[in-house]
Amino acid sequence: MKTIKSPADLRNFKEEILAKMYGSGSAMKGKVRIRVHSGTSGLASGAKEILDFIVLELEKRNIDAVVIKTGDLGYSFAEPTIEVTRPDEEPVVFGNVDKLKADEIIEKYIKNGEYIDGILPVNYKTII
Amino acid sequence: MQILVCGGTGCRDLESEAILESLKLEVEANALENDIQVVRTGCFGLCSLGPIVKIMPDDVVYFKVKHGDAREIVEEHVIKGKKVERLLLKDPVNNKSLVSSAEMNGFKKQLRIVLRNCGVIDPENIEESIAHNGYEALGKVLTEMTPDDTIKVIKDSGLRGRGGGGFPTGIKWEIARKNKADQKYVVCNADEGDPGAFMDRSVLEGDPHAVLEAMAICGYCIEADKGLIYIRAEYPLAVARLKTAISQAREYGLLGKNIMGTGFSFDIEIRYGAGAFVCGEETALIHSMEGLRGEPTVKPPFPAEAGFRGKPTNVNNVETFACVSPIILKGADWFAGIGTARSKGTKVFALAGKINNVGLIEVPMGTTLRDVIFEIGGGIRNGKKFKAAQTGGPSGGCLTEKHLDTPIDFDNLIAAGSMMGSGGLIVMDEDDCMVSVAKFFLDFTVEESCGKCSPCRIGNKRLHELLDHITKGKGTLADLDRLRNMSLVIKDTSLCGLGQSSPNPVLSTLDNFRDEYVAHVTAKKCPAGKCRDLMEYFIIAENCVGCTACARVCPVNAITGQRKEPHVINPSICIKCGACKEKCKFDAIIVQ
Repeated sequence: MKTIKSPADLRNFKEEILAKMYGSGSAMKGKVRIRVHSGTSGLASGAKEILDFIVLELEKRNIDAVVIKTGDLGYSFAEPTIEVTRPDEEPVVFGNVDKLKADEIIEKYIKNGEYIDGILPVNYKTII
Repeated sequence: MQILVCGGTGCRDLESEAILESLKLEVEANALENDIQVVRTGCFGLCSLGPIVKIMPDDVVYFKVKHGDAREIVEEHVIKGKKVERLLLKDPVNNKSLVSSAEMNGFKKQLRIVLRNCGVIDPENIEESIAHNGYEALGKVLTEMTPDDTIKVIKDSGLRGRGGGGFPTGIKWEIARKNKADQKYVVCNADEGDPGAFMDRSVLEGDPHAVLEAMAICGYCIEADKGLIYIRAEYPLAVARLKTAISQAREYGLLGKNIMGTGFSFDIEIRYGAGAFVCGEETALIHSMEGLRGEPTVKPPFPAEAGFRGKPTNVNNVETFACVSPIILKGADWFAGIGTARSKGTKVFALAGKINNVGLIEVPMGTTLRDVIFEIGGGIRNGKKFKAAQTGGPSGGCLTEKHLDTPIDFDNLIAAGSMMGSGGLIVMDEDDCMVSVAKFFLDFTVEESCGKCSPCRIGNKRLHELLDHITKGKGTLADLDRLRNMSLVIKDTSLCGLGQSSPNPVLSTLDNFRDEYVAHVTAKKCPAGKCRDLMEYFIIAENCVGCTACARVCPVNAITGQRKEPHVINPSICIKCGACKEKCKFDAIIVQ
């Protein structure tokens, strides 16, 4: 386990993590990232089932992707929501995801980058 | 290429579905359906500029599109690659066309500071937090800034407490710093009690490290080495993620002894609350953490002088803490540049009630209620008319149509007879009876009053009884004056914030919707048709064909009549359940 010994150490560690996540040599670089928003609102609408379904189906269909469990985005009216980031592309958020929709997202968007109904546009600015 | 058509309620009302269909037809007419996907999206949050059509990957956005524009968009943009100029948004300053989403950023109503990492990072993995600048502000404060420098930055930023009171955070920290003691405490108030508010929960579930880091920064400023998070046990997921976050931070040396080798030590523990509303009040919260009854005590002494176990204690809300790290990293001027003259930064609101886009939003202070409800919130459900919005939960008041263009900040809300509270925003439409709304909130306060002081314990109970009488048609005009007088006395004489603010919903509905109260007490009618005791169901004889459907569905057999002859409802038996009206196919049953 890493212990951070100074603020400089923290900065180096941050660079290390970023390199691991996004760096050119990293194994994660070329992979699709899927964020399943699993806060209370998301989970209450079935985010856990969607998460399990996606993990299972990606494995079945031989798609190498990273699935990340996060908190909620705040789109309570459209839960469960998931965000898909294809390599070198802007993230796209899908709302009201059920298993049928998740299947469509995998087949059309994750595999081929084809858009499907139910995209939630980013309607905010953020400081990151 | 993809064509995205907004399918939010605002745009759908302006026939975005027809635009979607026309675009699909045009794409097919040009035999492009294999290359171009036309899809429906959620709300873009710019409903007044809708319907909105976006072309990807060109990142071009068209506004106020009509379905007759479909051909031009496909023929010009999709086929020839030429933008349809007249549908682009113009910069109001230089009249230049704005094309990409990036250029349109200025038009976006929301700005995420508190919610910056929610839905972005994995809250159970500290490395993701660190990758998003987690603990960088703590490192900066510990090595480059003195506690006084840090407090000055927070003061200059103009950050005010987000829990409801709006007290300047920097000043609070300064007072706690000045009070010398062998032990001090930093407390995070995560006892989110307003019905409909859930921003603190979302922050703790989505970005717990932001709160831990800010608590450590506060500890450094006021010279405390112990932090306590008071959270209600009914937030199990937030509790679990906080626990994980705390143990990970300890493992990485970001909490505990000698943080980042600087000699500063700070550790955090969780304290559970049982979900009592009054425990959001800081003195009651502290008593609850001490194992005593969750009852408030008179201030002074303020917690900054004698708080947890009699030691100086600084209590801040989750959302307040979540603002701290960005202020340290980006500077006081950056934060002070957002918002209005006396309310800086952003505020998270939980939109609930009769609004289309229910959920969390974060807007700069000073955003108008109209923008919040009709642009970001997507308007009122089912195209109904906006009536009022309750801010500040059971302690707040309602804002009406005349307040729609008031910039929302701490001071304007108080001037409008409401308050910021923790940021719950419950929207009501024309079908809501304001007397019942006031009664609903009093229901809550009567239930949650701790009973320590009589104005709150007895006064609110009496207020509730009066309202109950009025909704049952037993009120008089004199009752309205009695309501007001009693409210003012309760506000003046209650011990803590709960009682001092609990009559607010009554006062503000009385001020804004007096005619509705008058209708209840004089004409004994509920204009919104909500108060059951003031309604009566009738059968219009001309419309009734005597099908007997209503008589069969009536649970109390209040409807009688011969087959194929008009029926009648016996009002003394009728329980006003409305089942007959729902069943009648001939519009023969009306409510009065």
